[in-house]
Amino acid sequence: MSRVRVLVGTRKGAFILTSDGSRKSWKVDGPQFAGWEIYHVKGSPVDQDRLYASQSSSWFGQVMQRSDDAGKSWQTVGNQFAYEGTPDTHQWYDGSPHPWEFKRIWHLEPSLSDPDTVFAGAEDAALFQTKDGGQTWSELPGLRTEPTGHTWAPGAGGLCLHTILIDKNDEKRMFAAVSAAGAFRSEDAGKTWKRINRGLRSNHIPDPDADAGHCVHRIAMHPARPNVLFMQKHWDVMRTDDGGDTWHEVSGNLPTDFGFVVDINSNEPDTVYVIPITSDSQHFVPDGKLRVYRTKSGGDEWEALTEGLPQKDCYVNVLRDAMAVDGLDPCGVYFGTSGGQVYASPDGGDTWAPIVRDLPAVLSVEVQTLP
Amino acid sequence: MIKVVLPANLQTLAGVGRTVELEVEGTPTQRSVLDALEAAYPPLRGTIRDMTTKRRRPLLRFFACEEDLSDESPDSPLPAQVAEGTEPFLIIGAIAGG
Repeated sequence: MSRVRVLVGTRKGAFILTSDGSRKSWKVDGPQFAGWEIYHVKGSPVDQDRLYASQSSSWFGQVMQRSDDAGKSWQTVGNQFAYEGTPDTHQWYDGSPHPWEFKRIWHLEPSLSDPDTVFAGAEDAALFQTKDGGQTWSELPGLRTEPTGHTWAPGAGGLCLHTILIDKNDEKRMFAAVSAAGAFRSEDAGKTWKRINRGLRSNHIPDPDADAGHCVHRIAMHPARPNVLFMQKHWDVMRTDDGGDTWHEVSGNLPTDFGFVVDINSNEPDTVYVIPITSDSQHFVPDGKLRVYRTKSGGDEWEALTEGLPQKDCYVNVLRDAMAVDGLDPCGVYFGTSGGQVYASPDGGDTWAPIVRDLPAVLSVEVQTLP
Repeated sequence: MIKVVLPANLQTLAGVGRTVELEVEGTPTQRSVLDALEAAYPPLRGTIRDMTTKRRRPLLRFFACEEDLSDESPDSPLPAQVAEGTEPFLIIGAIAGG
């Protein structure tokens, strides 16, 4: 019988949650790296016991961890992230030039074919890669040094490269997103990048439909349909059908189109999940109700999923890397909150139950589907 | 032997207790003590000093003998009591939240 392993990064450590394919009864292991911020934990798709974790602290900087036994033991690996060449400047919050400074790794994306190769998205926004299992990291500078790089400005969370997607049909084809710069596509495994922001509109930049400067919060891709992407932007839920060349809004009847997460049902490419958040100044769910919204038609028409989720006095947030889907049928959907709850739905979102209720604030959720 | 007191998060990272003891050749300085610490405990590389510039991380302080040595030159000799091992070199995380 299949199993699932949910990898949870929190403000004060990592947790590993495991269950059989019924996804009803859970074992909770952790905290690992207690006291440290764990922005992301992710496993290699070709060796599911190989995990990578981004461990960081405002006091002690960036540490990288690797496990070869599914998180039973960990070893520290390389933590030197140096920008290529002499970094120029990007815009600071007030528009003034500010030097690029490495702060932390937000997101890890292991290669689809080699367990020793991993892409890492950094703050200040840059793409790094290891080919030796994390021992050494080098920048792929084509993203940071693309022509608009000097105009990028940080969002409230920092100038972060938070989304890295790899096309399963063509591993050289990748997508990345930066807050607040926008979305980018590479056709050569991350060496060069093209801006793909046509159709986005953002009122926080002088030219609302400029081709850079957008605060993209998350992008999702279904492996069977890699030209169709869904985006949760600062405001607006967007869709592209041409690999990002043009985007159109699919927010439809959502109660608010601000939010962070977006993900796609692993069995149904038109079934998409978002969690609306009240606004950019009120980072909690609207009306005290924790509701996942699902479309089954690729956008515009959304239904609230509430069974098993708190529907009064709830004021949590769900951050951009804190939703994941498994590969079972029916699809399991998972998300973690700023209140430390991790919820699971074993039936594509119809019903929900907490796996755990009282972890530290959740930063990221990933899931592995195991044989 | 030089005694170095580590903050809690670095104790767990290095897998050691509150105090570690180090052999340092010659007159100990901040630089030579931290070089010896990182050589003995590689997971600590980059966590106390910036990996490239070797500058002290801004939310850490260095104390010894009831003095704040944070802004001393990294090549200045440490106090004699630290060199003799009768007083520890303390690495302190700033009080800046939980």
